[in-house]
Amino acid sequence: MPAAIEVNGLVKEFKKGPRAVDGIDLRVEEGEIYGFLGPNGAGKSTTVHVLTTLIPPTSGEALVAGYDVAKQGAEVREQIGAALQEAALDPFLTGREHMRLQTALQGLPRAERTSRGDELIGRVGLSDAADRKVGGYSGGMKRRLDLALALVHRPRILFLDEPTTGLDPQSRTALWEEVEGLASGDGVTVFLTTQYLEEADALASRVGIIDDGRIVAEGTPATLKAEIGEPSVEAVPADPGDRERLAGVLARFGDDGDCPRSTPDAVAVRLARGDGGLADVVRALDSEGVAVQHLQVHAPSLDDVFLAKTGRSLEGQGAGAQEDGVPDERQAA
Amino acid sequence: MNPDSAGAQAERRSPEHRPLHQVALQIGALARRSVNRTLRQPAQLVPSLVFPLILMAINSAGLGKATEIPGFPTDSYLTFALAIPFIQAGIFSVSNAGSDLARDIETGFLDRLALTPMTGLSLVSGQLAGVLVLGVIQGVIYLVVGLVAGADFEAGLAGVPVLLALALATSFAFGCIGIFAALRLGNGEAVQGLFPVLFVFLFLSSMALPRDLIEQDWFQTVATYNPVSYLIEGIRSLFIDGFDGQALALGFGFSVAIGLAFLAAASATLRTRLTRT
Repeated sequence: MPAAIEVNGLVKEFKKGPRAVDGIDLRVEEGEIYGFLGPNGAGKSTTVHVLTTLIPPTSGEALVAGYDVAKQGAEVREQIGAALQEAALDPFLTGREHMRLQTALQGLPRAERTSRGDELIGRVGLSDAADRKVGGYSGGMKRRLDLALALVHRPRILFLDEPTTGLDPQSRTALWEEVEGLASGDGVTVFLTTQYLEEADALASRVGIIDDGRIVAEGTPATLKAEIGEPSVEAVPADPGDRERLAGVLARFGDDGDCPRSTPDAVAVRLARGDGGLADVVRALDSEGVAVQHLQVHAPSLDDVFLAKTGRSLEGQGAGAQEDGVPDERQAA
Repeated sequence: MNPDSAGAQAERRSPEHRPLHQVALQIGALARRSVNRTLRQPAQLVPSLVFPLILMAINSAGLGKATEIPGFPTDSYLTFALAIPFIQAGIFSVSNAGSDLARDIETGFLDRLALTPMTGLSLVSGQLAGVLVLGVIQGVIYLVVGLVAGADFEAGLAGVPVLLALALATSFAFGCIGIFAALRLGNGEAVQGLFPVLFVFLFLSSMALPRDLIEQDWFQTVATYNPVSYLIEGIRSLFIDGFDGQALALGFGFSVAIGLAFLAAASATLRTRLTRT
């Protein structure tokens, strides 16, 4: 069966800028939620801009809904919806006016415009706020309206570029439920970029991890985590002078060379016998008289996958970091 | 995968899916948005209505003696000066149209529009609508205030629609400059930077005196080559002379020529700005 999205050797290089996407290959099946995970500046948004036809690729091939993004832009756009980074809404228009504009631009028949708009506004829970100017909406409301606008023409493939960045946990969960419903209920294929590990873990049936414009790992979250192996234990000695003794004790339970979590303060090893080895670790530390300030078991996570593939952690990069933007090559020279 | 079902193809052939109908629908939708947005921004609306009137009041109060210069075409400087607010309003149009579009570029709203079947013609035409509506509102207000303050309007009632059409043409000309600047610069602050530059064009025109009464040769030459002079003189002719065919033709001609030139430039720039495939 043909893929909803098929990308082969895609490259995007900006004038006087970086090679933002550096030869990626990926395949997203119909009805799948594909999570595109990576830190700021990894190339996620640039990939979305190319796949949604907003910028042309430098080289390589990308088919969306069977159409070539470089040569059949109009056909691609008929099949896709997109909510790009930072909900781009007009603060002076109401939610309903946005919907009217979008339904008209998408060419919906007159009889359908109002009913479709009302249906979508209701679906994302904005009926009460529909006649208020968007300038007064919360971040979550803007994101939900953005999502509703992307669905106006019943797209088969939906691109969501960091849809929950900056949202509170409640708004984030509500949006996740909506996205899950779109895929499971309506059969929409969702291509979702995120820098939140838990978002990719919770939503995506498959995940592609991108770093420096290259896909460094791809698979289901479970498969990727299984590749990492057993959980790791991380301990910080109460007395920094005990670090070597602590390392000696932990070395009996696993291989520290396989676990990149060790720092100058903490010692970490991958447990050879899984979670079951933890009790033995505690008993051993007690019998050797090594006091610890902090002891934590890490089940393999997508961050471990990222760490294993790139040598860097993804966790904590999202909150205060600069947004992952697309360099503006459209500036008229 | 072939997403084009027979039903979808048949639907696209229906009257509502004909290309011209679609473009008209797009222009209408974008125009409605542009008008709503303009009327909902008092910070744009009020200065463009009030400041030209204040400047007109100052000019007509301070330069009244100019009417005593032999050859001055009217004995009311207010009547002479009433054309100036129309041009100043046009200059505000550059700022308004340009800033709105630049903000769309900066916020990514243009990308949202680019993901729809919207054409470039629809975008530019729709974006101008707010400025044109504002131009008519400004024209009516300036005329009413001028008449109440004692200005003459030689063209009479029949001249009102001509005056408003000229105001519309002036707004079109300056609005197109704003659209071009926004697409070229992509930045609201840069577009605002054009404001003083355009005021220089206004001051170097026949704004304060008829061209033949400007004593400095260089100034007279500059004013003669400055198209803004002809925009002012077209409007002014309706107040002072009634229907002066040549002045009106030059006023309309220069407005439309400026508008079309910048519209063509804007369309070319739009192709660079909208890089969608």
